[in-house]
Amino acid sequence: MRGSTRNRLTGAVAGVMAVALAVTACGGGDGSGGGGGGSFVRASWGDPQHPLEPANTNEVQGGKVLDMIFRGLKRYNPETGEAEDAMAESIETDDQRTFTVTIEDGWTFSDGTPVTAKSYVDAWNYGAHIDNAQIASYFFQFIEGYDEVHPVDEGAEATADTLSGLEVVDDHTFTVRLTEPFSLWPETLGYAAYAPLPQAFFDDHDAWLDKPIGNGPYKIDSYSRSQSMRLVRNDAYAGDDKAKNDGVELRVYTDNNTAYTDLQAGNLDLIDDVPASQLANIGNDLGDRYINQPAGIIQTVSFPLYDKDWKGEDGAKLRRGLSMAIDREEITSQIFHDTRTPAGDFTSPVLGEAGGYKEGLCGDACDYDPEGARELIEEAGGLPGGKVTLTSNVDTGSHRQWMDAVCNSINNALNDTGACTVNPVPTFADFRNRVTGHEMTGMFRTGWQMDYPLIQNFLQPLYYTDASSNDSGYSSEEFDRLIDEANAASEEDEAIEKFQQAEEVLAEDLPAIPLWYQNGTAGYSERLDGVKLNPFSVPVFTDITVD
Amino acid sequence: MGRYVLRRLIQMIPVFVGATFLIFVMVYALGDPVSALFGDRGPDPATAKALREEFNLDKPVWQQYLLYMGDILTGDFGTAFNGEPVTALMDRAFPISFRLMVTALVFEMLIGITLGVITGLRRGRSLDTSVLVLTLAVIAVPTFVLGTTAQYFLGVEFGWIDPAVSPDARLDELIVPGLILSLVSLAYVTRLTRTSVAENTRADYIRTAVAKGLPRRRVTVRHLLRNSLIPVITYLGADVGTLMAGAIVTERIFNIQGVGYQLYQGILRQNSPTVVGFVVVLVLIFLLANLLVDLMYAVLDPRIRYA
Repeated sequence: MRGSTRNRLTGAVAGVMAVALAVTACGGGDGSGGGGGGSFVRASWGDPQHPLEPANTNEVQGGKVLDMIFRGLKRYNPETGEAEDAMAESIETDDQRTFTVTIEDGWTFSDGTPVTAKSYVDAWNYGAHIDNAQIASYFFQFIEGYDEVHPVDEGAEATADTLSGLEVVDDHTFTVRLTEPFSLWPETLGYAAYAPLPQAFFDDHDAWLDKPIGNGPYKIDSYSRSQSMRLVRNDAYAGDDKAKNDGVELRVYTDNNTAYTDLQAGNLDLIDDVPASQLANIGNDLGDRYINQPAGIIQTVSFPLYDKDWKGEDGAKLRRGLSMAIDREEITSQIFHDTRTPAGDFTSPVLGEAGGYKEGLCGDACDYDPEGARELIEEAGGLPGGKVTLTSNVDTGSHRQWMDAVCNSINNALNDTGACTVNPVPTFADFRNRVTGHEMTGMFRTGWQMDYPLIQNFLQPLYYTDASSNDSGYSSEEFDRLIDEANAASEEDEAIEKFQQAEEVLAEDLPAIPLWYQNGTAGYSERLDGVKLNPFSVPVFTDITVD
Repeated sequence: MGRYVLRRLIQMIPVFVGATFLIFVMVYALGDPVSALFGDRGPDPATAKALREEFNLDKPVWQQYLLYMGDILTGDFGTAFNGEPVTALMDRAFPISFRLMVTALVFEMLIGITLGVITGLRRGRSLDTSVLVLTLAVIAVPTFVLGTTAQYFLGVEFGWIDPAVSPDARLDELIVPGLILSLVSLAYVTRLTRTSVAENTRADYIRTAVAKGLPRRRVTVRHLLRNSLIPVITYLGADVGTLMAGAIVTERIFNIQGVGYQLYQGILRQNSPTVVGFVVVLVLIFLLANLLVDLMYAVLDPRIRYA
C-alpha cells in the first residue's frame, strides 16, 4: 500500500514537471521581439479598435498607421495644418459643387500597381456603401448619390452600388459632384478616409487586412495583430515627404505607464500621449524631449436643450451663469498640468487665425466670474430644482477628476455645496447611448476631435439643426443660414468670415460651453531628432532622424 | 475512481451552461456597444444597424445566447470588434497567461511551503515573527504598488530586466511579473502551511512516528508535511483560476497581453464574444483544477477514498 501511494505521489509530481517543461518549451522564443537595429524608430502603439481600413478608422492608433502607409490627394502640413497637394495635381471647380480632380503621374502602391483615378473612385465607393458598414462613411455624405448607397433610415436597403457623383474620366482624372455647394470641400481631402485603394484590397480582402498595402512613405514589413507592426521605408514612394529613417517599429502597450517606463529604460524611442500620472515629473525625466502642443480637440459641456428646464431665456441665462462659474485656468493647470488650454471659442488653435480660430470669441461667458455667475443664475430663478448634474463616462482619461473640479468650482461660486453633483457613467458605450437617446437632464460632457482642420468641422456636425453629432438638440435658423452661406461662398476668406459669424451666434446661445482645448503630448529618447506632432497629435514619423 | 471522475465531469455541464448564461446576460446588461464604436460622434443609424446585424445584437438576448452557444459547439467563438476571430485572441492570450500562472504557482509552492514548514516548526521564534510580519506587509500593500516599484527599480534604475515583456513573453521575462503576481497568494500559502503544520506537530501519529525512532527528516516530509498539505492544495487549486483570470493588474503593468488584458479590453469595448469566450474557457479551467484538487486529496491522505 505504501509503495503504491509513493508511486502515485511521484507520478503526480512528474506530471506537474512535464507540464512545466512543456510550457518552458513553448516559451522559448527566438528573442527577436526586441531590438530594432538600423535607424528604426521604436514607438508606442495602442491596439486599433477597428480593422485597418481607411474608411473604417476613426481613432488615433489606427490613424497613425494609415498616415504612414497612405497618401491621399491632400496632406495637412504638420506645422500649419494647411491642406497641401499630395497626390493631387489640381482640383478645379467653377461652381463649388462639381470638382475635376487630376492626380499626379508616377505613383504606385507598394505592390507595384499604379495609383489611378479608378483607385480613388473604387475606394470611395467602398467606403460609402452601407453593406461594408464603415465607421467613417459619413465622410462621403457630401457626394451626390450618397443617399442611394447609404440610406439614412435604419433597415433601408441601398438602391445603388456606386456613388452617382463620382466619374472616372481617364487614368488620371475623375470628377466629383456634390449634393450642394461646399467651397472648402477640397480641403477635407487630407483625411485618411479619402485614401486610394489597390485592386488587391478588392480581390482578397482578408489577405489585405493581414498586411495592408498602400501608397505612402512606408510599407508594412510585418504585422502581428494587437502586438506589433514593423514598417520599412517605401523606396518607390513618389511624394515629397520621404522617410528620413529606415523604418518604424510600433509596439502595442497594454498601459501607457509601461510605455513610459520603457522609454526611461531606453527600450523605446517615442511615446505619444504621455500618461497623466507622469506629467508632474516629466520635466525632470525628459527635459526638452517632451512635446506639449495644441491638438484639434476641444472639450465642451453640453446642455439638453430638449429638456424644458434648459429652454428659453431663463435656460440661456443659466447656461451662461454656469459657464462663468467654472475656473478654467485653475483646473487646466492643477489637474492637467497645462496639457489643456482654457477655451475662448468653439474651434481649436490648430486652425490658426487664418483658418478661423479666434481667441476670446466666446467673450465674458468663458471668463471666470463667480459674482456674475451667481447673479445670472439668481435672475433666471435659480438652478432647476436647486441643483444640476454633470454626466460623463469615467472609464478613460481623467474625466472623474476634472468633473469633480468643475462641480467644486460651480459650488464655490454659488456658495452651495450641493448645487452641482457628478453623475459618473461606467462605460463610454453606455454614456454615448444615453446621450444619443436624449436621456440627459443636466450638463454632460461632449468632446470633439476634428476630422480635418477646418472651422466648418467644428461647427456644422455639432450645432447645425439635426446634424449627426448635435447631442444637445440645438436648432437656430440664424446659425443654419450662416453655415449655408459660408459653404456656398466662393472665396475662402469670405467663407471663414461667415463661419465666424455663425460661431458668434453660438457664443450668444451657448448650447454648449467651451471648457478647454486639448493638447497632444509626446516624449522621446535621446536617439531621436526632429520629432513633432501633426494637428491630429500623431507623430510625423517621416521627419524623424535616428542617431 | 473512474466512475467518480465521470460523475464529476457530467456535473460540470449544468455549471458550465449556467455560468456562461450569467456572464452573457451581464455583458448584455451593460447596454448597446455599437454607439461607442463611433467615438464622440453620433452614430449613423444605417451603419449602426448593419453592425448590430453582423454581431447578432439586433436579436433578443435568449436568441443571441442560443446562437452563440450553437456556434461555440462548432468551435466558432465569434469575432472581436477589431475583426479578429476570438479564437485567435485566445490562441495568443492563454499560453501567455498559462506560463505566467505556472511561474507564479512554482514560486508559491517552493517559497510558500518551505517558509510555512520552517515557521510552523519554530513557532514563536524570531524567524517566525519576522516572516509573519513580512507576509502581513505583502498582503497589505496592493499589487499595483509592488509591481510598479519593482518595475522601476529593476528595470530603470538597475537595468536588470526589461520593464515591458515582449509579445513572445518568454519564461525568463516572466520571472519578475510571476513573482509579483504570486506575492499575495504566497503570503497566504505560507500562513496556511504554518498553521496546518503547527497543528499537526501535536497529532498522535507524529508522536508515534517519533517514538518508533524514524529520522526527523522523514517524520517532517512523509508524515507531517503530507497531511498538512490538504488545505494548502485546496487553496492552490482555486488559485490556478484566479491567477489566470485575475492577473489583470500585473499584466497591465508589465505589458503582458494575456487573458486579463483581453478581458479588460473586451469589457471596455463591451464585446460580448470576447468576454464570454474567455470566461467560458476560464470556467473550464476552474472546474478541471478543482477536480484535480479533489483527486489529489486521495494521494495525500490514504484515508480518503473515491468510489
